[in-house]
Amino acid sequence: MFRFRKAVLAAALLAVAGLAGAQGAAKYPGVGRDATAKEVAAWDIDVRPDFKGLPAGSGTVAKGQDVWEGKCASCHGIFADSGEVFSPLVGVGGISKEDIKTGHASKLMDRNYPGRTTFMKVATLSTIWDYINRAMPWTQPKSLTHDEVYAVTAYLLNLAGIVPDDFTLSNKNIAEVQKLMPNRNGMTTDHAMWPGKEFGKGAKPDTHNVACMKDCVPEPKLASFLPDYARNAHGNLAEQNRLVGAQHGADTTRPEPKSGESVPVAAAPVAATPVAAAPAAKPATAKAEKSAGGDSKAALGLLQKNNCLACHAVDRKVLGPSFQDVAKKHAGKADYLAGKIKSGGSGVWGPIPMPAQTLSEAEAKTIAGWLSAGAGK
Amino acid sequence: MTSQTQPGRLLKAPENFIDPDGVRRVFAEAKEGRRDFLRGAFAAAAAGVAATAARAADAPADGDPNILNLPEYSRALGQGVAQNNGYGVPSKYEANVRRRISPGLTQTTQASVSFAPLQSLFGIVTPSGLHFERHHQGWWDIDPSKHRLMINGMVKANKVFTLDEIMRLPSVSRFHFIECGANTAVEWGNVAVPTVQYTHGMVSCSEFTGVPLITLLELAGADLKNGKFVLAEGADGSSMTRTIPMELIKSGEVFVAYGQNGEMLRPEQGYPLRLIVPGVQGVSWVKYLRRLEVGDMPYATKDEAVHYIDLQPNGQHRQYTSIQECKSVVTTPSGGQVLLDKGFYNITGLAWSGRGKVKRVDVSVDGGRNWRTARLEGPVQSKALTRFNLDWVWDGKPAIIQSRAMDETGYVQPTYKQLRAVRGTRSIYHNNAIQSWLVQESGEVKNVQVS
Repeated sequence: MFRFRKAVLAAALLAVAGLAGAQGAAKYPGVGRDATAKEVAAWDIDVRPDFKGLPAGSGTVAKGQDVWEGKCASCHGIFADSGEVFSPLVGVGGISKEDIKTGHASKLMDRNYPGRTTFMKVATLSTIWDYINRAMPWTQPKSLTHDEVYAVTAYLLNLAGIVPDDFTLSNKNIAEVQKLMPNRNGMTTDHAMWPGKEFGKGAKPDTHNVACMKDCVPEPKLASFLPDYARNAHGNLAEQNRLVGAQHGADTTRPEPKSGESVPVAAAPVAATPVAAAPAAKPATAKAEKSAGGDSKAALGLLQKNNCLACHAVDRKVLGPSFQDVAKKHAGKADYLAGKIKSGGSGVWGPIPMPAQTLSEAEAKTIAGWLSAGAGK
Repeated sequence: MTSQTQPGRLLKAPENFIDPDGVRRVFAEAKEGRRDFLRGAFAAAAAGVAATAARAADAPADGDPNILNLPEYSRALGQGVAQNNGYGVPSKYEANVRRRISPGLTQTTQASVSFAPLQSLFGIVTPSGLHFERHHQGWWDIDPSKHRLMINGMVKANKVFTLDEIMRLPSVSRFHFIECGANTAVEWGNVAVPTVQYTHGMVSCSEFTGVPLITLLELAGADLKNGKFVLAEGADGSSMTRTIPMELIKSGEVFVAYGQNGEMLRPEQGYPLRLIVPGVQGVSWVKYLRRLEVGDMPYATKDEAVHYIDLQPNGQHRQYTSIQECKSVVTTPSGGQVLLDKGFYNITGLAWSGRGKVKRVDVSVDGGRNWRTARLEGPVQSKALTRFNLDWVWDGKPAIIQSRAMDETGYVQPTYKQLRAVRGTRSIYHNNAIQSWLVQESGEVKNVQVS
């Protein structure tokens, strides 16, 4: 009897406590299992603003520069100021000594300053470390060692004028460096766009339109519209609308009709080129290319596999030159191209370097063979 | 074993078989005919004759050849079942309805955006293949049998779930919109793009199916009292992380989805698992979801500390702005389209609010001076797209068309003037201002902003 009462009491207590685990597990038996410590360690890589989650390690500015030039500069520029691929991380003159003192990046108020850089915006150093560690380099995320992440972070802090040239960043001094972040006081959560009261009492929306129905505003004037020269900048809009319907697309390859003129639209043409430029090679052509012009299918597969398409496209310049331009310039020079693919380089096509690539000799040769034969689809 | 008989090989899209010269010829001819019709229509309208009369009068004396000459499809055998490898595709005549990139917006295709063709869509559901895309480090097609979801942090027991297990749990199916925080971003300062696809095409709406996140947190024994924030993390290269509001988790609104519009999620949308955070900007709807961590402070991840922060005129950035406030847009007539004639039109568009249901949508055809209330097509659902329609007879004179939505909290979509008065023009994100389309006398519609 006593034992029974005790059991009931225990169950009641458990129910009162309302522990989520007890409920959930009992409700859905057989679903899910406990994670092992190793599994959690493998995936739980986030670093919070209070540096919880930051692994031990260190890196110098000098080491960071080496890693940077080998693995980061190709997208971000040698001095992390390039806006060619992504927005600049650090800009010339973006951050002042005064900013480091106040924790407000004053250039954010300067409409004439070109580009708001990462270091002008970011308030939390943990963000930088966490993101480099989880997602960089762009084509080989999670390949850097922890010390390399410290080093690259130190290099960026140095470029931003926050730490000196001989600085070593580590898990022991990172909290001190946080106190120097130039925009550390630049964030506010005083807005109505977070659901919940975690950041305070929850502000009211900041605009207050009313649903007026009659004679609401004076005669409206046009304040902004697309200039004539941009008429066809997004392609022919006639090809971007359905062929039938109440409205058809405007033929933007022609000038805009003048007032009173009827519009030459009518049946909009079907887009001549598919949007997702899928190279649907005809079998016959592909075969001909294989014998005469390298194995295009194999080469295209390797380009995909080795992330070449992050910086190059077959028929247009991206960050690097188009493969067709390379093919034109170096026609027949398969050995030279295979070497270049592996070693990388800069200066031939512009200032942005191409990093050395880790693909196999055979893969480099396949791509080089395809390039030297004309880079056909 | 020849490749020609290999099952699973997709046939080329039919439009690729159309000879480009043929296309040009056919449409050139059609264009000629249509221009004649247009002239006729305008002349007839001027003479006070109804447009339908003009249309009939335009046909040859003995009748429309499309009626008189029976087409091949009326006189021959059609195609068989289960073509296209058993997965149907849209008509070849719909080849113009595509998601598109905005030229020059991004330098790579892997950290980029494609916009949904809102000008061509009906109702509220975005076909999965036309759903807008936003990738940060490229998309993947992940083997679902190898995908795992981990829950850790302030929990009694760190947990791991397989897809098999997640799909065993009680599921919900709900319609929700997803809008990128940067939708309409390029228009903060002035008109920058021509059509609704590029101004508003980073919004889509699907019926998603999955398991409420609270169920999984309960299974792990989460400390819901002290655990005020949850970090969501993806499995792709970017391993996207975002801080998820606990209020929405506790309310049961946030769920872990595997289904979209009756099938599994598309790879571009996070197959096999993505987080659904209704009303909150798309960046929080983490794709390829691999981990959820319960914590007691926000995480200041890259996309809540460097991007997706809203610069205000005083130099401060608003951080953790998440809710997509009430917004609407007329999808037809809209920029880049041409009205073929005067007369009757159905003005139609989409409205949504991250705070709940759309209560009302008003439409103006005179640039915001006078408004009429549009019809909402039901069912009106919380944090989902809502379709509105309004009858309109175009008199051939210039008209500025606007829509203005109101949600169940009473919040009314702002004008550009009101929005800029508070937030300036440099905040990039969360532009929910009223959109204006100018219908010109020629019938061509332009994207404009009014003062």
